Amino acid sequence: MSRIPLPYNPKVLELFRNPKNLGKMDDATVVAVAGNPMCGDMITFYLKINDQEVIQKASFESYGCAANIATSSIVTEMIKNSKLEDAWKLSWKSVAEAVGGLPSVKFHCGILAVGALKRAIRKYYKKKNVSPRWMKEEMSFEEKQALEEEELAKVLSKRMKPEE
Amino acid sequence: MVENVKQLLKAHEGLRREVYLDNENSTMVPDPILRSMLPYYNKRGYGNPTLTHKPGWEAFETIMESAQKISSFLGCKMAEEINFTPGETEANNLALIGAAYAMKEHGKKIVISEVEPINILHVTDLLKKHGFTIVKIPVDSEGFVDIEKLKEVVDHDTIIVSLSLVNHEIGTVQRVREAVGIMKEKNSEAIFHTDASDAYGRMFVDVKKLNVDLATISSYKILGPRGIGALYVREGVNIERILEGQIGTQRLWPGVENTPLIVGFTKASELIFDGFEANVAKMRMLRDRLVEGIMSKIADVRLNGPVGERRVADNANVSFLRCEGEALTIELSLRGVYVSSGSACSRRLLQPSHVLMAIGRKFDEAHGSLLMKITRTHTVEDIDYALEVIPEAVERLRGITGTTGAER
Repeated sequence: MSRIPLPYNPKVLELFRNPKNLGKMDDATVVAVAGNPMCGDMITFYLKINDQEVIQKASFESYGCAANIATSSIVTEMIKNSKLEDAWKLSWKSVAEAVGGLPSVKFHCGILAVGALKRAIRKYYKKKNVSPRWMKEEMSFEEKQALEEEELAKVLSKRMKPEE
Repeated sequence: MVENVKQLLKAHEGLRREVYLDNENSTMVPDPILRSMLPYYNKRGYGNPTLTHKPGWEAFETIMESAQKISSFLGCKMAEEINFTPGETEANNLALIGAAYAMKEHGKKIVISEVEPINILHVTDLLKKHGFTIVKIPVDSEGFVDIEKLKEVVDHDTIIVSLSLVNHEIGTVQRVREAVGIMKEKNSEAIFHTDASDAYGRMFVDVKKLNVDLATISSYKILGPRGIGALYVREGVNIERILEGQIGTQRLWPGVENTPLIVGFTKASELIFDGFEANVAKMRMLRDRLVEGIMSKIADVRLNGPVGERRVADNANVSFLRCEGEALTIELSLRGVYVSSGSACSRRLLQPSHVLMAIGRKFDEAHGSLLMKITRTHTVEDIDYALEVIPEAVERLRGITGTTGAER
């Protein structure tokens, strides 16, 4: 059923085989999920954030393809010891670069990973009832894309009913 | 890109064993079949079979005898009813478009099922653009076509009904003979086509008993070379060519015949039909060993498609929950077991396998599905190796999934 061989690069392969920061975190300050199992693409991020708004620990779980696993893993590496303000600036393109590039059909994996991260950061401030000035009320590109994918899953589930 | 693939290949070095189970998508050609083809490249029969010299006559003799043999394996006994094409895709295109051209004055309706192969779905999409009406019959949870619905749908406007004899993904042996009876009763003018590519060589296919007008078969699905297939066209049934060019021995497909591939296809047929029942029994035994092993060793798995005699002998299709299929194909590849998946990722489409969706599987069940096909060349050791590796791979990926998606 596969049609086009995906030329995953060695970095993606390495992170797929030996993902860093994998697993649930019991003492996480905030947990955020993006994606939908219906799309075959879902990520959970666990962040441990200290009072200085620095990410002390980050871990992930991922239901998805090799690119999904690799991008989630690299995001947890990239944001470790970052201030939330800096982590917020992470773009999906820099994530794609950090894994050595992604095939175009896998861009959405990088976007979803960053979407999940930004969701986690937004959730953290919402819980604290604080709105930092660098975080716009309007959703970022990646958050919007994550939401769109989730909406798409709903549309698909309706469209794929047998009576169509 | 190629550099990345080289690295991926390097990651496979030192494999203890390799087991190729992706026989849905391509196969390796066993040596005896390959050897049968080689003389036809430069020793004999390399001429054009329509021309008047020895290498041409040799080619003609070979092609005619090949068609005769294949026709006898299909129960039709007439070489003229076999039309070689470059494969299943081309034969299905020829069947549907060729019949639609020939029948366009008689009606507009073409009836297929929801679980036909992609090439049938795409051909009918194309025909729809040209003014034909396409009706897709739903299937039940095992992939069987709703016969009552077929009765309802076939009418005087119907020109073609096309149902695969065996489903390519889940192995359902369709009740084609019954469907043909219903079609002919409601409209004796309509043409019945069956894609028998996944049945030929794995169960007896008798086109006369089935009473079909057109039937597709494919070489690589029985370990023959890729690039060759055939369309059976019952004597007296008229369909039009869809490509034009120099017509040779094949009335419905122009161009110079590929004699070595035809020879390989024929040899593959002879080898599978020599001791046919034993070959099929072996495939069934190994397939059952694979499926039963997976079901007993791994939790949260589902078999897709029917069981027993209503499922073709070579097909195994299993969903592994909390496991994404594309990741699983890569993980298994790194361990030397080669399979394909119905996952959306794996298919490069937004949607998972249309067959699994049509039988009512949930999205995550489709995303976590693996398709495996057994051939007569597999051994018990191959299957046992797969049964050692698949649970390890599933366990590792489920470890990455963790609790993600659990609270649904």
